[in-house]
Amino acid sequence: MLDEFQLAVKDLHVSIGKKEILKGVNLQIKKGEVHAIFGPNGSGKTTLLNALMGFEGYTVKGEIFFDGKDISHLPINERARLGIGISFQRPPVIRGVKLQRLIETSAKKNGNALEKYAKGLNLVDFLEREVNVGFSGGEIKRAELLQLILQDPDLVLLDEPESGVDLENIALIGEYTNYLLGKIREPNQDKTMKELHRERKKSGLIITHTGYILDYVDVDVGYILMQGQIACKANPRDMLHTIRECGFGECFRCFREEETSVKRKKG
Amino acid sequence: MSKEKKDKPQPAGDLDLTIYREETKEHPLLDDLSKLSPEDRRILLMTGVDPSGKERSGSFFQKDHSVIHCRTDFDGAEIMSTTTAREKYDGLTEYWGKLVPADKDVYTRRAEEHQEHGYYIRSLPGADVHYPLQACLYLTEDKLAQDVHNIVIAEEASNLNIITGCATAPGVRSGLHVGVSEFFVKKGATISFTMIHNWAEEMAVRPRSAVIVEEGGTFISNYICLVPAKDLQMYPAATLKGKGAVATFNSVLLAKPGSFMDVGSRIILQGEGCRGEVISRVVSTGGTVIARGHLVGEYPGIRAHLECKGLLLSDKGRIHAIPELEGTTSDLEMSHEAAVGKIAQEEVEYLMARGLSEQEATALIIKGFLSLDIVGLPADLKKELERMIEETDTEAM
Ligand SMILES: Nc1ncnc2c1ncn2[C@@H]1O[C@H](COP(=O)(O)OP(=O)(O)O)[C@@H](O)[C@H]1O
Ligand SMILES: [Mg+2]
Repeated sequence: MLDEFQLAVKDLHVSIGKKEILKGVNLQIKKGEVHAIFGPNGSGKTTLLNALMGFEGYTVKGEIFFDGKDISHLPINERARLGIGISFQRPPVIRGVKLQRLIETSAKKNGNALEKYAKGLNLVDFLEREVNVGFSGGEIKRAELLQLILQDPDLVLLDEPESGVDLENIALIGEYTNYLLGKIREPNQDKTMKELHRERKKSGLIITHTGYILDYVDVDVGYILMQGQIACKANPRDMLHTIRECGFGECFRCFREEETSVKRKKG
Repeated sequence: MSKEKKDKPQPAGDLDLTIYREETKEHPLLDDLSKLSPEDRRILLMTGVDPSGKERSGSFFQKDHSVIHCRTDFDGAEIMSTTTAREKYDGLTEYWGKLVPADKDVYTRRAEEHQEHGYYIRSLPGADVHYPLQACLYLTEDKLAQDVHNIVIAEEASNLNIITGCATAPGVRSGLHVGVSEFFVKKGATISFTMIHNWAEEMAVRPRSAVIVEEGGTFISNYICLVPAKDLQMYPAATLKGKGAVATFNSVLLAKPGSFMDVGSRIILQGEGCRGEVISRVVSTGGTVIARGHLVGEYPGIRAHLECKGLLLSDKGRIHAIPELEGTTSDLEMSHEAAVGKIAQEEVEYLMARGLSEQEATALIIKGFLSLDIVGLPADLKKELERMIEETDTEAM
């Protein structure tokens, strides 16, 4: 059944102009699961998230199911309204628009949530500032996280949420990513913590170059993306360990061998 | 001077003035602006003029050729018709025509010939006119010409806030507005002058303004025009004469299809330590805007900056930024920054990814672009400006 999956991607091909960047990607993320994608620069990670979100400039072939519904022809805002949220690797600045204004325009959560999370993310003073104007690397990522938490999507796409963030703030990013994924729940009078835990159904797809975020966020499945293809699917901790020890060269070696062996079999 | 000719943005007399009527009837006096019709009051509010007079130091209201309301609620300031002021103060000979000579061009000439009032505003020495004086020039008859001559004087060490709104009544489609304005900022005084235009689509508008700023004085102009204007042309100039004089011109313009706006600001810096700034934000949804700026540095060590940013939202529109820097001495610090472009797709998509529709995203970006953070604007005016930008119709964009 498709709709046990929050996201199901089938044979996704994405081109920019005439250049094919993604060459048949398959992915399935169950409700409540968080997956991570590793991969060298330029392997197509950002392209994958952007294509899932529906940004312009990409020619997309294949199928994208969100909660069982084919969304591959929907405009960006409809995907957002259905429950997909994205944190940008490098978001643009929006001059003259205050962060608070943007959040209030797009937020689903209300009440004192904005105040509370802005405080937690040390962004209270930033609410009155123009979106991303003069923000440091870490401030950008925290602001992205704040927007997403208030937007409250069911599927969270995070594009390198820890890049450009200093070590001290990575813990903060990690903690609030867990809020975003519903992994930390506030104690609630009506429900036990156990019930709350069982209820969480938020899913995530996290791109990470460094893997630091995995020190804070539990991830169920890891992938290596290489040259536009999923080269490997495995336990994310093992994967990260290998990458840290040997670099992506090792993955590349493995990937090549698989390719040649497939060819050999075919031949 | 040949230089003078070159600087003239357009050949004078470019409009057909014969289509406008010069004469009209007198309107009766009105003791209270809140007695205006709801429709008129709404238009006034959208033009920055509050009919309730709340948080205003005084009001002046000219309807066509008649000044029908005028009151001052603050002892430190005067506001009246310039015609009255000339009778009262020996023709205002010290001021009248001193900055904008009557023979400057066809419009100043016709203002001299046909002048019907205009406002005279003066802050007394040392007075702090904290709540702005408001002046409204209102046109209620189609094809009528309104020629006014305004005089604004801030006496030594005074602080003068002014809001002027120029608007047309419902049903008026076309008309001519010619306004000569002369501003005198005396030693250590400050004038903050906000002008909002709210015209009918077919209006032709020719303001002719000049400013002189003495030692330690400050002149701040904020000009806002968010409605179509068929033909608007102005190029106010501030001359900074005294040591440490400062001038800032902020302009926010929205040119819808059919609008033609040729708007610039000029600052001539003549004294030690003078500073000047010209900032404009221009959006075209199909109209033409020529955004000019001219800084003239005539004294060593002055500093001045010119910034023009344009957003072009339609292939039919045109934005032409013409920044000019002119130095006549060495050791100047003058710079300019001009950029004209369309809305970045990336910004629209960013907002759409947060759930905004393409139209909502575009509108938010435009409003952000126009919401120039004007330093020194009184808080209530700032709010009013934000509201105006907020209520700007971006549907057509
Ligand atoms: N707008 C673009 N035009 C042309 N090539 C692009 C564009 N965006 C990305 N690419 C190319 O697509 C490939 C994948 O890029 P990207 O998805 O950003 O990689 P990653 O996020 O894994 O570093 C790279 O070779 C990159 O140069
Ligand atoms: Mg990337």
